[in-house]
Formats: sequence, structure tokens, C-alpha cells
Amino acid sequence: MESFFARYKNLLVLAAVLLLQMVALAMQVRRTLPQSGPDPQKVRLVRYWAVAAVSPLERALFAIAHSTRNAWLNYIDLRRVRSDNDSLRFEVSRLRLEQASVAEDAKQAQRLQSLLGFSEHYIHKTLPAQVIGTSGTDQSRMFYIDKGSHDGLKPDMPVITPDGIVGKIKDVFPSVSQVLEVSDQTSGAGVILESTRIRGILRGNPAGQLQIISLLPDERIKPGERVLTSGGDQVFPKGLPVGQVVSVEKDKDHDPYIDVLIKPAANLLQLEEVLVITQLGDHMTDTQQKDLNQAEAAAQINRRASDVLSEKLPGKQAPGDAAAPDLIHAPDKNPNSVPITVKPPPALHPDRFSPPGAKALPPSPDTAPPKKPTAPLAPPHP
Amino acid sequence: MAIVYNSRLDAEEHGFHPLVTVLVPLLALLFQVYLPKYFHGFALFDLPLIVTIFFSVARRNAISGTLTGAIIGLLQDALSGLPIGINGIAKSIVGFFAASIGVRIDVDNTGTRLLLNFSFALLSSLIYILITRVLLGTEVPIAWSHELIRALANGLLAVPLFLVMDMMKRNRS
Repeated sequence: MESFFARYKNLLVLAAVLLLQMVALAMQVRRTLPQSGPDPQKVRLVRYWAVAAVSPLERALFAIAHSTRNAWLNYIDLRRVRSDNDSLRFEVSRLRLEQASVAEDAKQAQRLQSLLGFSEHYIHKTLPAQVIGTSGTDQSRMFYIDKGSHDGLKPDMPVITPDGIVGKIKDVFPSVSQVLEVSDQTSGAGVILESTRIRGILRGNPAGQLQIISLLPDERIKPGERVLTSGGDQVFPKGLPVGQVVSVEKDKDHDPYIDVLIKPAANLLQLEEVLVITQLGDHMTDTQQKDLNQAEAAAQINRRASDVLSEKLPGKQAPGDAAAPDLIHAPDKNPNSVPITVKPPPALHPDRFSPPGAKALPPSPDTAPPKKPTAPLAPPHP
Repeated sequence: MAIVYNSRLDAEEHGFHPLVTVLVPLLALLFQVYLPKYFHGFALFDLPLIVTIFFSVARRNAISGTLTGAIIGLLQDALSGLPIGINGIAKSIVGFFAASIGVRIDVDNTGTRLLLNFSFALLSSLIYILITRVLLGTEVPIAWSHELIRALANGLLAVPLFLVMDMMKRNRS
């Protein structure tokens, strides 16, 4: 017996080491569903040791590289600060005008939401953080930031950049945190297509691309359409940019579903600084309210200016003129003409958002075309 | 690229200063998580794998190779966010076979080192795919061309790295 152990001790050690790891692996898989959630306590301990061993070195390396790079870049930046300043001023003016044009819509949407008792989530507080390291492999899409539980971070907090969403916090350690990118296979986010309002679930595929999965084929989904967060995942607030539709492909494994490939709005391959959303609220902050008021005032001025311009345009009818033509509901003198009503384009395929039996409903008398008389009417007798 | 196959049980066994044993794997892990932040393509390389192979073939001890691979792999799993054990299992097997082969062939030859690292990188990828598909039930697509490129890249990087790490060897026999 002794000779057996002596003879095969190498193989026995290998078998024991493999068996231990397989058992550990099986326990993790059983306990960590869904996989994107935080790890169980014992696994967390192993990660904690590894992060504690590597993160101080990582932070030191990052600090050296960052300060060297900053010193050089600051010098370069100083040389072109004047031209940058001019272009930024121009950009601010342009954005003010753009903001003014949407402020009125935003206010109206708020009023409607409050009427419906719908609670909107606004970003109240964010914490900037530096990316100090990656997962080191293309088998998982994660990175480390230089803020942790000491800075008030918790698992599942959303991580964004000014361009778009990046991911959510997976594990938090005292001075660093691990962020799971939206492009990871185990990640997930609720999204909505901006113009078609089609909702879906965003996932990363094995190649690290973003895709919306399990959608039924719909010809309205076109490349270039913007994708936003829907707020349905309870992690990301509604309306944050996610990316743009790149292509629509048939899901080979799940017929008849399609996969919509997305180009992320944030550059996930070159992340330097990110923002962690640490607090959401159901009302706007003072600064946001102030910005909105300013935008509204600017919109009011713009509207007055456009009114003045339109007064001078030829063909403008005086207000209150009964004969003023309405482009949409124009009363036509011709009794046989059909009243025009603008309707949204119908869905090409019925989906779960369409009211049931919509086709069976009788047309409204306003919209139904008048029946043509089968025979000419006889003139009335005197 | 002559591969000398003979019984090398009498060949040199190398040891390392305890500081080297701890610091080299730690530095490999550090660079593995840090460099892809600036050079995204660096994720193709597997520095912890190269270090595992180096220590295993230098020590020529299968138990030591298995344990070195297991520890480095587990630390890599902990940092990468993958379930702990995936790289641990792969590198334990690689460490075991690297040490076993180190006894039989001349591992100081540049060509042998290239071939050794290329083969073990492929073996590591194969084990990873098997674990994720069979044990974890995850759908991992197999891109063999990508795996071949990865293995070749690791083989090529291993040659200069082995030369650097050779300087830390201490003769034990």
C-alpha cells in the first residue's frame, strides 16, 4: 500500500488538487445564480486576498504612469488651450439652444408623469473614479476602479461615462471595486430603442459585443437607431445612452428571434475615468431644476423670436380668422372628401404591446370613409 | 530547433530565492491586469501561464509544478472575476505536465521553449473550454484560429521572458 502511494504520489496530488477545485467550482456555480451578482462569502474571501495582494502595486503603478502622462499632457494642452476654449464656447452655445428646444417637451413629460403617478429616477450624486486595472483576460469583461467601500460604494451601483453606460459594480473591497461591464456575457440591462420604443434585454456576447437578445423580427429596427436604458432593470436610471444599432441578425440558436448588435456609446476598450451613480432620487436636484428653468426661459425667448419671424411671412392668416386653414383637420368644401387624420404607423407584426383584437375594432365614424352612393340621387320635387 | 529526448533524471534541478518565488508570479499577475488597460491586445497573452511553465520546468518536480499552477491559477481567477477554479484547474494540469516533460527533454533550448509554451497554451485553452462547457454549462464559442494565434503569441513572448527569468535560477543539484 505504501509503495502504491509512493509510486503514484505525483498523480495522487494532481488528482486531489483537481478534485478540490472542481468541488469549489461546483459550489460557486450552485450558489451564485444569477452570475452577475456578488459572490458568496468564502469566494469573496479568496478574491479579497488576491485583490489585497495586487491592488496596492496596481495603484502605485497607476499613480506613476498617471502623473508622468499628466505632466506631459498638461504641457501639450497648455499650448492649445485658447483654440480649445473658443471651440468649447461655441459648443456650449449650441448645446444651450438644443437644450432650450427640448426643455418644453421635458416639462410636459414631467407633468404627464406626475398625473399618472409615475415616479422618475434622477441622478442625484455621482462619484468619479479612475480605472486602475482590467480582468487581464478576454474571457471576462471587468475592470477595477480606485474607489471602494470606504468611499461609500456598494454592489449593483451603476457605472457610466458622459457618453453612455459602462456597467455595474460587482464586488466592493475597502479601497477598490470590481466593475462588470455591460459587454460581459453574464451582464444584463433593460434597454429601449429610441424611435420605435421596442424594449429588450442587453447582453454581451462571447466576442464582447453588445447585443439585444430575444427580440421578434421587426422591420422597423434599422441600423443607426439610438438605444437608451429603459429603467426596467432597477439598476440604470431611464434614458441613459447605451449605443447605436449596428446590425440585425437572425438568432441561429433561438428561431424565430433576432439579435440586434449595438455599438456602445461609451468607449469600453479605453476607459480612463468613470462615474459611479451613488444616489438616485424621484425629484430633480436644485441644480437640475435651475438648468431646466434657464432652458425654459431661453425656449420662451426663442419662441417669441420665431413668432415675430412668422408674422412677417407671406400667407400668414390673422389670428381668429375662421377661414384659417388647418393643415391636419382642414374642413373641405367637397362633401365626398375624406377627413385626414394623422395616425402613427401601424406595427408590421402584432406584439404584446398592441391591444388585443385591434383589427376587429370597427373604424371610428370620424375616420371611416363615407360610402359612395350606388345610384345618383333624384332631384327633389318642388 | 533540436529537441533532445533523453532521460534527464540526473539533470540539473533549479531552485529559486523565496522572494523570487513570490514576487515573479505576483508581478506577472499585476502586469496581466494592468497592461490591457493601455494595450487592449495584451489580453491575448497569458503571463501567469508562462510563469507557471517556467517554474515547473525549472524545478522538475511534478508536485511543485501542480501546486505552483494551482496557486497562480486561483489568484488569476480571483482577479479576473471568473468562477474560482477555472484557471486553477487548467494551470495545475499544465504545471504537472510541464514538470514531467522538463525531466525528459532539454528545456534550455530556444526552439523547445517556443514549442513547449505553444503546446501548453493550447492545452490551457482546451481545458478552459472543456470546463466552461462541461462543468459550467456555458456556451463558449470555439475559435480555433484565435486559440492558435494566442498560443503562438504566448510561445513567442515566452522565449525572451524565459531568458530574463533564467537569471534568477539557483542550482540545486
